[in-house]
Amino acid sequence: MNLDQLSLDELLMKRKSLRRQLRAQLTLHPVRIAVLGGSTTSAIVELLEILVLLSGFAPSFHESEYGRFYDDPVHDPQSLIDFRPDIVYIHTSCQNVPPPSPGTTEAEFEVQMRSQLVRFRAIWDALDQNLACQVIQNNFELPPHAILGNMDATASGGYSRFLMRLNEAFAEEAGRRPKLLIQDIHGISARIGLDNWFDWDRFFSYKILLKPAANYAVALSLNALIRAIYGKSRKVLVLDLDNTLWGGVIGDDGVDKIQIGRETPIAEAYTAFQEYCLSLRNRGILLAICSKNMEEAARAGFEHPSSVLRLEHISCFKANWSPKHENLLEIAKELNVGTDSLVFVDDNPAERAIVEAQLPDVAVPNVGSEVSRFASIIDAGRYFEPAGLSKEDLERAALYATNAQRVSHEAKFSDYGEYLDSLEMTAEIETFKPVYLERIAQLTNKTNQYNLTTRRYTLAEMESLSTSPTHICLYGRLTDRFGDNGLISIVLGSQHADSLHLDLWLMSCRVLKRDMEFAMLDAIAHRAAARGIRFLVGIYVPSRKNAMVADHYERLGFTSQPAPTGSPEGATFWVYDLNGYSDKNRHIQCQPHETPTLNPRNVSQAESLS
Amino acid sequence: MAALTPDKVLAELQPIFEEALDEPGLSVTRESNATNTPNWDSLAYISIIEMVSHHFKVRFALAELQDLKNVGDLVDLVVAKADRT
Repeated sequence: MNLDQLSLDELLMKRKSLRRQLRAQLTLHPVRIAVLGGSTTSAIVELLEILVLLSGFAPSFHESEYGRFYDDPVHDPQSLIDFRPDIVYIHTSCQNVPPPSPGTTEAEFEVQMRSQLVRFRAIWDALDQNLACQVIQNNFELPPHAILGNMDATASGGYSRFLMRLNEAFAEEAGRRPKLLIQDIHGISARIGLDNWFDWDRFFSYKILLKPAANYAVALSLNALIRAIYGKSRKVLVLDLDNTLWGGVIGDDGVDKIQIGRETPIAEAYTAFQEYCLSLRNRGILLAICSKNMEEAARAGFEHPSSVLRLEHISCFKANWSPKHENLLEIAKELNVGTDSLVFVDDNPAERAIVEAQLPDVAVPNVGSEVSRFASIIDAGRYFEPAGLSKEDLERAALYATNAQRVSHEAKFSDYGEYLDSLEMTAEIETFKPVYLERIAQLTNKTNQYNLTTRRYTLAEMESLSTSPTHICLYGRLTDRFGDNGLISIVLGSQHADSLHLDLWLMSCRVLKRDMEFAMLDAIAHRAAARGIRFLVGIYVPSRKNAMVADHYERLGFTSQPAPTGSPEGATFWVYDLNGYSDKNRHIQCQPHETPTLNPRNVSQAESLS
Repeated sequence: MAALTPDKVLAELQPIFEEALDEPGLSVTRESNATNTPNWDSLAYISIIEMVSHHFKVRFALAELQDLKNVGDLVDLVVAKADRT
């Protein structure tokens, strides 16, 4: 079951039985969420629990005492500290910010705004100091009443203006604090409509501020943010063609008669939808096509002079007569993503139903058949929610395009080693740098296939490991003659006596079979030896998605060891004796190591010291 | 459309109370209230009112909710509201 198949009705009327059913699922990822309330939090927690369970998490919640969103973290943080949250959500609203009086001057307005900001900064600073975890902070909806009418938005005594100014200040703070995410209550409430937002009867009765449907919208947004934090946001929008991206059936009508451009209202509507898809692509969401058509006819549609989308915008193109779910599996494979990264949009309910039934991990929003509504429905699903926007994210589509170039270049070589040399690869392999920590945390949370242990770390945890004297934390960036692949590998080890336990080893599937893992091995081997470490200990913990790396340590030359008692089911253990280590990387130019290279003199010196 | 009778309302309330109080197989009577029914706390009460509003498509005024003493009162209130629409 996934979110698209759940109706608001079911969610409101069957919460407890749904929860029981979902909790019984195996393989749920635990997540600890503390909710600090500016109003009663029970209603939002109840809904959020179901949504987060549907997303594959097993949530534990801690709710502050009523209204103590400031006092608990700032003056009384012990219960929060004891709870050890992964995420703290600050559930505040405009009700928690006193309005300026109508006669407030510009100068007083600024002073009052600062003092509110200082109050919230105190909360975020206290949380950072005591917990250093991810924080989600609500910004503010517009007030229920415009006491000054239209001037409420412009006068220095206007409550609306005050809240909007505070929202702007929150946005700036979020830019400075990587672990602070703002939940745009202002935007969410605007889409629902303020008249449908505040529930005065429930507020006066139990201090629940929001109507049930409004609560649901907030819970959906929170769920999307939590998924984003753990790298579960979707990455690919797969689109049908006829009557989805243009009006008409191109096989029957021919490219000249499809409706796209500005000639008719329908053409305008499809043009607007194509523009929406292009905006998604420009922020890093890949576009793929899955259409029942002759390939030539399908491609011709993109050559229509008024087509907004062009073939170069499409990362994977499937036009044939095979069942769509088979094509979707192919698309996922070619783009190296799981089916749970796909969103499938088709105007035809029969096609949607088949995909839903065959591929339950694919998101299939019910977009209906009216093109003017497609974008709003997709938007409301929040499939692509980001928790950060790195250069890599924005350029993802371009990265995939240069990969296609690499693939066709490979075809020219019969000797694979020659091919690798011809790529002129260079790698930057160093200990974690603060500027890369967000990308490191992101990569850690979304890499599933080439991942030896599938251990997840939050940004905060990575931060503290990067400065720990008992850990070695390395990232790898790979560039070649076709372009920069970006930061694509992480190796993290913890030191125990004369061994380094490799707690984390992962690599982006984008750079498979380039020997990058050998370059990473050389780097970790040199750094470990420089500390007097004699053995590298590798662990493989099997998961649903990482079967491809079962032989990773064997390929790197490690020796198999018996698994200690209490190891996870199916885990394998490996050891590498660094004595006499020689470099394995043959095809990648690495920048010189900061630490001295391994030689017998250093090893025996280290041995005599330990 | 058939008129909503007290018996019909009581019957339709059963699954709502089972769900809100998390007690499958629970059976409430006109005399049931927070003092004599398991798991009926203030959080459950919020759910009950929300679900009853949603299911019968009625809106309760604050004053109406204040006077409810047991399930029987709730049944009569729902019947009265359904008559008015």
